[in-house]
Amino acid sequence: MSDSATLEAPPQDAEERQPVTKKEITADHPTWCPGCGDFSVLAIYYKLIQKRNIHHEKVTTVAGIGCSSRFPYFVQAHGAHYIHGRALSFASGVSLSRPDLHVFAFGGDGDAFSIGGNHFMHTARKNVKMTYVVMDNFVYGLTKKQTSPTSPLGFKSKTDNWGAFDRPINPMKLAISAGATFVARTSHTNPKHLLEMMDLAMDHDGFGFIECLSECTEFFAGAFDASNPRKGGEYLLVPEDHDVTDEAAAYKLAGEDFPGKFGVYYQVQRPTKNALEAGVSDAAKAKFEGKKDWEVLQTTFNRMK
Amino acid sequence: MSQSAATGDETGSGSQSSRISEAVIRIAGNSQDGIQSIGGFLARLAGRSEQEVMTMMTIPSTISGGPSIFQVRLGSGDVLSAGDEADVLLAFYQHSYENHVSNLREGGILVYDSDHVEPNEEWLDKYRHIGIAISSLTVEAIGGTARDKGKNIYALGLIGRMFNLNLEKLERLINERFAAKGESVVKTAMDAFQSGYRYQSDDITNLFEFTSSEVDRSNQVVMSGNEAIGYGLIAAGVRFGAGYPITPWSDIMELLRRELPKYGGSFIQCEDEIASVSMAIGASYGGRVAVTGSSGPGISLKTEAIGWAVMAEVPLVVVDIQRGGPSTGLPTNVEQSDLNIACYGGHGDSPRVVLAAANVEDCFYTAMEAVDIARRYSVPVMLLSDQAIATRIEAFDEPKLEEICKDLTPDLTPTPTHKPYDLETETGASRHRAPGTRIEDGRYPVVTGLEHDEWGHPSASPDLHEGMTHKRRNKLKALAEELPVPEVYGADSGEVLVVGWGSTTGPLYEAVEKSGNNGQAISALKLRHISPLPNGLEEIFSRFKKIYVVEMNDGGVHGYGQLAGVLRARFADPRIQGINKTDALRWKVWEIIDRVNECRNADTAVTNA
Repeated sequence: MSDSATLEAPPQDAEERQPVTKKEITADHPTWCPGCGDFSVLAIYYKLIQKRNIHHEKVTTVAGIGCSSRFPYFVQAHGAHYIHGRALSFASGVSLSRPDLHVFAFGGDGDAFSIGGNHFMHTARKNVKMTYVVMDNFVYGLTKKQTSPTSPLGFKSKTDNWGAFDRPINPMKLAISAGATFVARTSHTNPKHLLEMMDLAMDHDGFGFIECLSECTEFFAGAFDASNPRKGGEYLLVPEDHDVTDEAAAYKLAGEDFPGKFGVYYQVQRPTKNALEAGVSDAAKAKFEGKKDWEVLQTTFNRMK
Repeated sequence: MSQSAATGDETGSGSQSSRISEAVIRIAGNSQDGIQSIGGFLARLAGRSEQEVMTMMTIPSTISGGPSIFQVRLGSGDVLSAGDEADVLLAFYQHSYENHVSNLREGGILVYDSDHVEPNEEWLDKYRHIGIAISSLTVEAIGGTARDKGKNIYALGLIGRMFNLNLEKLERLINERFAAKGESVVKTAMDAFQSGYRYQSDDITNLFEFTSSEVDRSNQVVMSGNEAIGYGLIAAGVRFGAGYPITPWSDIMELLRRELPKYGGSFIQCEDEIASVSMAIGASYGGRVAVTGSSGPGISLKTEAIGWAVMAEVPLVVVDIQRGGPSTGLPTNVEQSDLNIACYGGHGDSPRVVLAAANVEDCFYTAMEAVDIARRYSVPVMLLSDQAIATRIEAFDEPKLEEICKDLTPDLTPTPTHKPYDLETETGASRHRAPGTRIEDGRYPVVTGLEHDEWGHPSASPDLHEGMTHKRRNKLKALAEELPVPEVYGADSGEVLVVGWGSTTGPLYEAVEKSGNNGQAISALKLRHISPLPNGLEEIFSRFKKIYVVEMNDGGVHGYGQLAGVLRARFADPRIQGINKTDALRWKVWEIIDRVNECRNADTAVTNA
């Protein structure tokens, strides 16, 4: 938004600032259970911040509610721990009003696709600029093993003792059909690939969505073994000849049986909500060039006399 | 109508006009007739002439084709309410005539379209009937297109002639209104208007003339309550908002969507109410107080997020244009039944600020105050208006924009250290530091809905939860200290004090005026600040024997309404009684006087028993 023009840039340091260290960006010790996949995602986030040398004040980390949504407490930077399911709406408010910041949102499958499903669709279609990482563990962990919207058929949880029978959501299909402009899939078991996806998502000018499989060792251990070579599975990358701008091809890829493929399924350039809104604002402002805000309001009031 | 016209004896006898200070005109037709635009013209005329105006408009729930009315009260004195009875009824159809004649005062003037209305014999003696073939005269005036579109403008001409309104100004307004639609439209409108204005009949020519005003009205603006809130928010420095369409709040989001870009801001239409409040909170967290708003069910949906803003201490303004509830309720009717949800909506102890606007002008300044309080105290502020104020058009003194407009550009100056939830601050208010602010000691704040320590880390420590709970409410106590003590309208002390808020204020003040000095006198107190209440009310209450809280909501199980409940809880004073109604119509002045007298007599009976 053109609002940025009016934001006061913090004064530059006289001396060059030292590169960001891991120590500087590390905050509270995570409350996650030992072995939780979310540790890898956090470690890769630190790595990304270091690699890109993003100083604390250039980034903000937003999350909703769930195990993974504790994320902001563990990062030493401005952040917000918002309510269940609404992190994307909150993050959109930050992104649209503060174009100088890079907004990261983190959440789990319940937060993203169940209580927050509506916001996921609309943030995607509006193409609000941010990076959204969903740590998908196929189960409700914080509340101790209830069925989640991505729990596979037959999964025995405390709310489906006999095995889940509601058809699970396919996050990749959902994102593509909702109009997300960057859709990627990765796993906590492959940190190098995870970092690569986060790097690409961050560079994407728009809504960048990553589904990161992140195992819940407590309530759904072994859920992703089929994708983990160390557990006898296969980590298969998206074929090199896949056309990421081909929506139908991406959708087809998303339809493969678990464990499916990992990598960028879909990526297109479409104007961001941020740019479109800024365009409206710039055009409107241009008509009042050189006028102070109160003078703009005065012209309106003059017509109401 | 004023005394001279109310006696009305010679009003029809020729060009001799009656001098009046005010008149209530009701126009009734169908919604496609452009009834509201007649009102709009009359309202806008007021800001440019000696007449201050107040209008009352109702929109039927049916979207189109249903009956539509507009009531305008023109007056050269202070107009406090929409007026109880009409002095003049202009009826386009039989149903308009039959449905609205009871709102005309006895002896009032009934102008009807003789093309569509057959007068009722029984009513001929009771009201002065003037039949004019409005439809066919309009068709004739605009060149026989056989359509009577434009008869609203014809009727405007008739009214202009009856009340001897300023011809030149009305013509200029018509020009401005239609200029964008092209010359031929302007000409058609002008033909219709002039034809109405020149209608030759001793019955209507120069019936009335307004006495000159004692107040200087040369510099006034005319707008609706919803417009006043929208522009008040802009003047206060708001540059971001988010909302979802719902009646009667939608006007405000449409206005902000259109206007904010001129100031470098934007207003986002969201997928739902929860996304709206969340996006606004996100933008507020981003450093500049943002706004969301809604009506009825939408407010219920936002409550969880509002609780987060209380807990996380992030500023926010939530506008609630109240309508009849609960549930979908009465979307296009007025009610004051959201005071409780504004004050208490949400789980846990979640103190927030609640302000209520009393009229259109007050909407502008209350909106400004809401933003200021939200920012200074890092707290959500609920701004209550209602359907009656939202759609009403009033003229008021033009605000001195250069002096009052605020710049709320976020301050991102680096700071040595920042404790987001400092328990040692004097008022309990935290200063919100927006992301992008460099904090030199490297300890960055996470704002959170979990109970937390002073740095924002989650903590369930008994001491901290208690300390933080106290902090969140103590800042409201600090705010109460700085609030002005409201002024009593009418005598400073006496037997009866009526207390009200929101759009009930106008009729209450007028009831004070009408109560006279014959031992029935009452005084009135308007509350703009509902949570926290200002200090000093006890002292005011002590000067009166009886305190009646007049509200458009239900008296509930215990016999007092929502504000009365707040006041009883606060002052534990059994003299505080409720006068309530839930017919989803605004208070009429005579209703208030009657109900006050009933209560007074009942109280006296109890005392004497």
